[in-house]
Amino acid sequence: MLNAVLFYFFAVLAVASAILMVTRRNIIHGAVFLITTLLATAGIFLQLQAEFLFVVQIILYVGGIMVLFVFVIMLVDLDLSLHLVQFNRQRFVAGALALVLAAQVLGAFWVSRSSIGPGPAAVVAPQNTEAVGQALFGRYMLPFEIASILLLVAMIGAVVMGKRRI
Amino acid sequence: MAHFLASSTFRQLVLPILYGVVIVAVLPLAAGYIVLLERKVMADMQARLGPMRVGPHGLLQPIADALKLLLKEDIIPQNADRFLFWLAPVASVGMALLAYAALPFGPAFQVADLNVGLLFILAVSSLGIYGIVLGGWASNSHYSLLGALRSAAQLVSYETAAGLGLVSALVWAGSLSMNSIVQAQYDHGVWFIFYAPVGFFIYMVGSIAETNRAPFDLPEAESELVAGYMTEYSGFRWALYFLAEYANMIVVAGIATTLFLGGWLRPFAGFRDHFPGTSIELLDIFPTLLFLAAAAFCFRLVPRQPVKVQKHVMAGIGGLGVVTAAVMFAALFAPPAVMAGIHGAFWFLVKVGAYIYVFLWFRFTFPRYRFDQLMRLGWRFLIPLALVNVIGAAVAIALSEQWGLPPSVSVIITLAATIAVAMWLAADGDKPAAATARAADGD
Repeated sequence: MLNAVLFYFFAVLAVASAILMVTRRNIIHGAVFLITTLLATAGIFLQLQAEFLFVVQIILYVGGIMVLFVFVIMLVDLDLSLHLVQFNRQRFVAGALALVLAAQVLGAFWVSRSSIGPGPAAVVAPQNTEAVGQALFGRYMLPFEIASILLLVAMIGAVVMGKRRI
Repeated sequence: MAHFLASSTFRQLVLPILYGVVIVAVLPLAAGYIVLLERKVMADMQARLGPMRVGPHGLLQPIADALKLLLKEDIIPQNADRFLFWLAPVASVGMALLAYAALPFGPAFQVADLNVGLLFILAVSSLGIYGIVLGGWASNSHYSLLGALRSAAQLVSYETAAGLGLVSALVWAGSLSMNSIVQAQYDHGVWFIFYAPVGFFIYMVGSIAETNRAPFDLPEAESELVAGYMTEYSGFRWALYFLAEYANMIVVAGIATTLFLGGWLRPFAGFRDHFPGTSIELLDIFPTLLFLAAAAFCFRLVPRQPVKVQKHVMAGIGGLGVVTAAVMFAALFAPPAVMAGIHGAFWFLVKVGAYIYVFLWFRFTFPRYRFDQLMRLGWRFLIPLALVNVIGAAVAIALSEQWGLPPSVSVIITLAATIAVAMWLAADGDKPAAATARAADGD
């Protein structure tokens, strides 16, 4: 019961602030609502008892990436952006595509309708931080290292492009 | 009643709520008195007396300040973004308070022992930056905006270094739960500051920068930006920012205490395990003696107070010291759990106090950094050093676990290597060639 209440609370919060984020004219308000969406998503992770994901979502997305977003937005001339057209001319095409996507999702639900419902109770790992660590450095060692090297290359690339002389 | 006290509802629901209420109630008072302490320490270092008017030796000054702030006019600039202007200080103080949920003040005095406790505190305190950034932006003032920009850049830079500094202690602890980290230090028989001194140094510098304190107080540098991001704030909203700042100071001090200084452990906590016959030792009596000494000091000052009211207040404070000493002494004969709880909280708060005192000391000792110096220190010195230090900690553990070296030897070997790297990095930063290259780059 409490679980369901928490889930619907976070889900409604996430969806509502996502809609508000797209429709606000003031981009800094949009950023604040995006932060709310991300926090609500983190809440859903917590409700699923994935506390490591919950914390990482907050540290990385809200505490890291969004800070940079807000940082850049603050340097933008807001008066200019207030007078820009918010949605461009292809909005009918975009709307049609969104409808197609919605139909696809509904179709997927319809096809798998027999299996919708409370699934088997999730296996609650008491220490899922350790489980994530063991998976990353055990079974998925190679992909993990490749991803790290890709990120390192991207970082060095950004530094090289941003600064001619270091 | 006894049955209820042992029940899981009580432990999981009533106690945490009770702790939460206590923390929220006590924190503003604590923040106020840290401000008084700061002014007194500053006065002492500058050979002055500091606040002396309200109460004996200015002891009631924080209460007078709080009343003044509550009664001040609430000003909102005309073109401010009212919603964000309201939200920013609230978010700031809310996030600062939320971090206390996972801070262990004692073996039992903790709102929730999360198994990602440390990450939770770091995540929540990284949200505090929005209070500063949004507040600075919403004020619609150049000083505020510049302060907010500086703050965002500074926090993002130093968060990385501070987090990596913590990792070197974490690998020794092998857990993210705040309670297990303290327990690991008990099991190792040594505080992790001795295993990861470089990590402690990095975290200390990073935490000063994260709490925007001198010498890294660029976001609110008076001589350049009036008051930085809180220039346009007044009255109670300003008080909220202030509260958040001091609450954050206690949080970073609490993290440092838990990870590096043994948390609520007494110095030589494992002594009793080696000598089971000793039931009470000198260090157990230390809290009692400390409070008695403080009380005696207060009583000695009573006749010197100029006004009768001040005499009464001074005597009352002395009496409070005696009562606390009595509680500390009575705890020695209480059941071990109660004793550990009360004395654990004492030692934790003593260590937090010492850490905060060092913050104050730094503030009155070092001049403020220039912004490019701050960035250079963070990115070119602290972050590379922190990375090397993490590798060093991992190597030290591998040496002691795989090769069977005693931890002290492996720590000394890796420490020497890390310090060599630190000296190389520091020497590299001082090269005049670096300055000319930057000048050519135009920044």
